[in-house]
Order: sequence, then structure tokens, then C-alpha cells
Amino acid sequence: MSNPKHKAWLGMVLIGVALALLPFLVGKGLGNSWVRVLDFALLYVMLALGLNIVVGFAGLLDLGYIAFYAVGAYLYALLASPHFGLHWPVWAILPMGALVAGLFGVLLGAPTLRLRGDYLAIVTLGFGEIVRIFMNNLNAPVNITNGPQGISQIDPVRIAGVPLSKSLDVFGVSFPSVYLYYYLFLALTLLIVFVSIRLEDSRIGRAWVAIREDEIAAKACGIDTRNVKLLAFAMGASFGGVSGGLFAGFQEFVSPESFGLMESVMVLCMVVLGGMGHIPGVILGGLLLAILPEALRHGAVPMQQAAFGKVLLDPESLRMLLFGLALIAVMLYRPAGLWPEARRKREFLAEKAK
Amino acid sequence: MDTFIQQIINGLVLGSIYALVALGYTMVYGILGLINFAHGEVVMIGALTALTVIKLLADSGLPGTVVVLIGLLAAVPVCMALGFTIERIAYRPLRNAPRLAPLITAIGVSIVLQQLAMIFWGRNYHAFPPILPTSSREIGGAHITDVQIVIILLAVAIMAGLMLLVNRTRLGRAMRATAENPQIAGLMGVNINVIISATFLIGSALAAVAGVMVSANYSIAHYHMGFILGLKAFTAAVLGGIGNLPGAMLGGVLLGLIESLGAGYIGDLTGGFLGSHYQDVFAFFVLILVLVFRPSGLMGEKVAERA
Repeated sequence: MSNPKHKAWLGMVLIGVALALLPFLVGKGLGNSWVRVLDFALLYVMLALGLNIVVGFAGLLDLGYIAFYAVGAYLYALLASPHFGLHWPVWAILPMGALVAGLFGVLLGAPTLRLRGDYLAIVTLGFGEIVRIFMNNLNAPVNITNGPQGISQIDPVRIAGVPLSKSLDVFGVSFPSVYLYYYLFLALTLLIVFVSIRLEDSRIGRAWVAIREDEIAAKACGIDTRNVKLLAFAMGASFGGVSGGLFAGFQEFVSPESFGLMESVMVLCMVVLGGMGHIPGVILGGLLLAILPEALRHGAVPMQQAAFGKVLLDPESLRMLLFGLALIAVMLYRPAGLWPEARRKREFLAEKAK
Repeated sequence: MDTFIQQIINGLVLGSIYALVALGYTMVYGILGLINFAHGEVVMIGALTALTVIKLLADSGLPGTVVVLIGLLAAVPVCMALGFTIERIAYRPLRNAPRLAPLITAIGVSIVLQQLAMIFWGRNYHAFPPILPTSSREIGGAHITDVQIVIILLAVAIMAGLMLLVNRTRLGRAMRATAENPQIAGLMGVNINVIISATFLIGSALAAVAGVMVSANYSIAHYHMGFILGLKAFTAAVLGGIGNLPGAMLGGVLLGLIESLGAGYIGDLTGGFLGSHYQDVFAFFVLILVLVFRPSGLMGEKVAERA
């Protein structure tokens, strides 16, 4: 057992068992609504990992990332709901969602290739808003998105004919719907983590980092910066598209409201707070920012009632307030993120020493 | 033809307001190379502060214009204090940090201000009390209210004053030097921190004026108004060439005209930033087009790849 390789395997198996048992522990301990929170947290982790490719690896600041999530979600909604009378299976929609979102990524990336930094941030922000505005307004003259009302009665995700929206009994153990979605999301999250790790170590991944560090030098080293940047946009967007499709199947309802700028900012914050470009950090950031606000939402009202005898701040605004303050505080005191990449940490320290 | 002139007038009014806000963005960007994301919220706080004072004094018997002036005079110092504090807390400690850090704190400040405003002023829309004269004049079949005339004239006067300040005074020269190269300006005896604070103070004062103008023109203010206004003003600043003061003014007026003409002719959409949603799309399309074809803006001389 002293072999480090064995230790690594043992650790992985333990983590796997823990992840598999997690919904039961959380569900029994805190209630199934918390398993739902976990489901959303996994969706956010997928989004954060997708954005991490664009922002963390390639260094392209994207403030409209939620648009790709929206594209994936709407694609699922249109292809699997009574709205157009289509009921495609999920395994056909998700790859298509990845593809279409990737195309949108290229659509955004192509005109903005020359831009860097703040300019890119603003253009991507505008792009995100344009997508949302179109979703809000494409109900006339031809009703495509059903406007602000959104699309409802979306088909739940079905695997081998079994809908995940109903609880399932296997050998006497009951799996509620949220547990089933948890396992589906967990599987896809692990897939995305795996792809991210492999990408990071690949030729493309190193090309992205090279572009992030110095675009001109990267170009001089023979990297086709145009294609590599477009690839970053497309890859990041496709993760968002998959995640969006899952969101639509899970919620069984989509509306433009879910895809506002605040959501983009939220995902960006997950990446930045966790530690840009560092996959474990980004996962941590995604989980923290998805779960803590929920905890706050549940804890804030009773706490205020106990302290002041009445509810002074409604939990939603308190959540946003603390969220904003946390952003400022983390940037001031840990600008490299909570769990930064070793190289980046060194860079920040060097920056400080100057 | 009447509609055309009417849309031009609306566009000029809207554009003057954008220009005032855009100046705040462009001055900060010129000196710090930073998008002050929270600037739109400063405009919002200015509008709501002024509105609160104006509502308090609405029944005092003072003439309407005096009441609005008092509201404005109350809003300006509040916004200046706010701008000063924002820079101190969120930007100054990060001056040498990587570029993303202050952008994130700016987003954080923006969220915090919006939530505080919501807690303080509530989620509701606040109506501007009808104390200003509603008289209007006719130009070529189109109407322009006296309030709108004052908005345009005041904006022009303020911008002229700002140009004088920047080009003719000691403070202005120090500001230009800092924008050119902060280290060297510091070596030449310019106190950079004072200059940066001054920039935020001036920008915030302009934001307060713009906030009052917006709420007077549309007769409404709410805690959420700052975001989209700020975004458009930033677009205006980029359109004109960010970091360039006359550029921000030109960009603001042009964006106002584009939006108002675009909205007027795309169909039955109405003007104003509370209007139809497609109006907002114009601003973003303009922004993307400008950045693709002329990334340094109409009057900017800097290269786009300034990152």
C-alpha cells in the first residue's frame, strides 16, 4: 500500500464512494431540497469549467458566457416540448446543443479576435444581452421562443426510456428525481473535468496559456492564434451548451429571465474566486458560490427574526449584498483566488514584491 | 419629416445625458486604464438622492426650478463622496494588480450599490413630482420642452467647462500628464493620488447631474436604472475613442441619435431607455461594429491592443 500509485487509486475510490453516497447523506440530513441545490451546483460547476477554458486558460475575458447556456437550454426546449411538437431524445439534443453553442462561440469569437482585455469584456457583455433580448422578443411575427413567458412543459431527461422526473425504485431503494439528476449531472461533470484536464495538458492547452501570457510571443512561436482562440471560444461555449440543455430538462421550463447578465457575472466570479485556470479551484469556486447563497437564503430569515424580532432585509438582497462584498474582499486580499494555480500564485507574489 | 425632427431632438437630449455619463468613464479610463463598472450606479444614486430631496420640498411652495436645483446641489456632493470612496476602497489597493482584479471589484461595488439602493429606496419606481414647467416650443412641427432645452444647454455648458478645466488649468495639466504616464508625472511632482481622486470627484459630479437629468426627462427613477445607462454611456465612450474627452461627447450624442432614430423608424417603438427592448440592441450592435472596424473609436488615436 505504500506505493503512491495505489494511494492515488484508493483516494479516487474513496472520493467516488463519497460522491455516490452524497445525495443520500444530504437528503436524509437536510432534506431533498438540498439535493436540488447540489444539482444546480453541479450545473454551475460545468459552466464554470467551460468559462475557465476561455478566461482561465486562454485569458479572454468573457462577460456574456451565459448566452451559450441559454442557447443550449433553448435548443433543448424547442426540440423536446409541445411548443413545436418535437420530442427528441436527450442523447440527440445534448451533442447538438454542444455543437450549436460552439458555433455561437465562433460567431462571437470571429469578430472579436483583435480585441483584448476590457474591450473584449464589453463586447461579450453586449453579445450576451443581444441573445437575451432576442429570446425575449422572438415571439412575433413568428413565435419561436414564446417571448418573456418562456417555454414550459419541456420533456424531462429520459435515459433508456426512464424519465428522471419521477422517483425510481431499484432493489427496494428509492431514488427520488433529484437524486437521479444528481447522478446524471455528476457523470457529465466528471466527463467535463476529465476533458478539461486532458485539454490543459495538451498542445492546444499549452497554446492557450501561451496566448494568455503573451499573444505576440505566442504568434512568433508559430501558434495560429486565430484558430486557437476560436477553438477556446467554441470549446468553452460547447460546455455551456451541454449544461444549458441539462438545465432545461431538469427545470422543464426556460425563460429569458434565467439568462441575465448577473448570471454571467456569477459564473465569472466562480472562476475568478476559485482560481483562474486551476481546475480544482474553479470547481471549488462553483460549489461555494452555488451552495453558500442557498445556505444564506435558508439561514437569514430565522437569524434576523432571532436577532431583531423581524426580517429587516429580504434574503435575496442580503444574498446579493454579501455576494458583492465577497467579490471585493477576495480581490483585495486574495487576488489570485481561493485556490490558485501554483504558477499563477508565484506570479502574483512576484507582482506584489515589485 | 416631423417625426424625423422629433427623433433628432429626442436623440440630442438622450445623447447629452449619455455624453455626461460617458465623460466619467472616459476620464477614469484615460488615467487608470480601468472600466469603472460602478459609474452607472453612481448616476442612479445621484438621481434617487435628488429625487428624495425634491419630493421633500415639492410642497414647500418654492418654485419648481429652485427645488430641482436644490435637489441637484444635494446629489452632487453625495455622488462625489461616493466616487471618492469607491476609488479608495475598491481600486486604489489594486492599482498594480492584474487588470482583471479591479474589474471584478468594480462589479462587486456595482452589485453592492444596487442592493443598498434597493434596501434604502425600495423596489418601486419613483415618479418625479410634476413641479417643472411643462411648456414646450415648436421647431419644424416637432416639440421640445423647456426642460429638454435646459438639459441640452446645461450639458453643453458643463462640457465646455470641463474642457477648459482639462486644457487650461494646473489641475487639468496634471491630469493629462498622469494619463500620459503616471510614473513620470509622479517624478515631475504631480501627486498622482490627488489627481486620481480629483478625476473620480469630477466624474461623479457629472454623474449626479446626468442622474437628475434622466429622472427629470423621463419623470422616473429606480434602483435598477444605473446598469443599462452605464453600459450605454460606456458604449458611447468607446464609440468616441475611450480616454478621449471630445470623443466621449461626440460618441454620446451620436449614440443618442442612433438609438432614437433607430427606435423611431424600426416600428412603433418609443424613445427612452424604458422603451422597447430592441432599442437596447442598437447600442450593442453599434459597439460591436465600431470595435470591429475602428477599434480605437472615432476620435481615438490609441491602438486597440492595449491590454
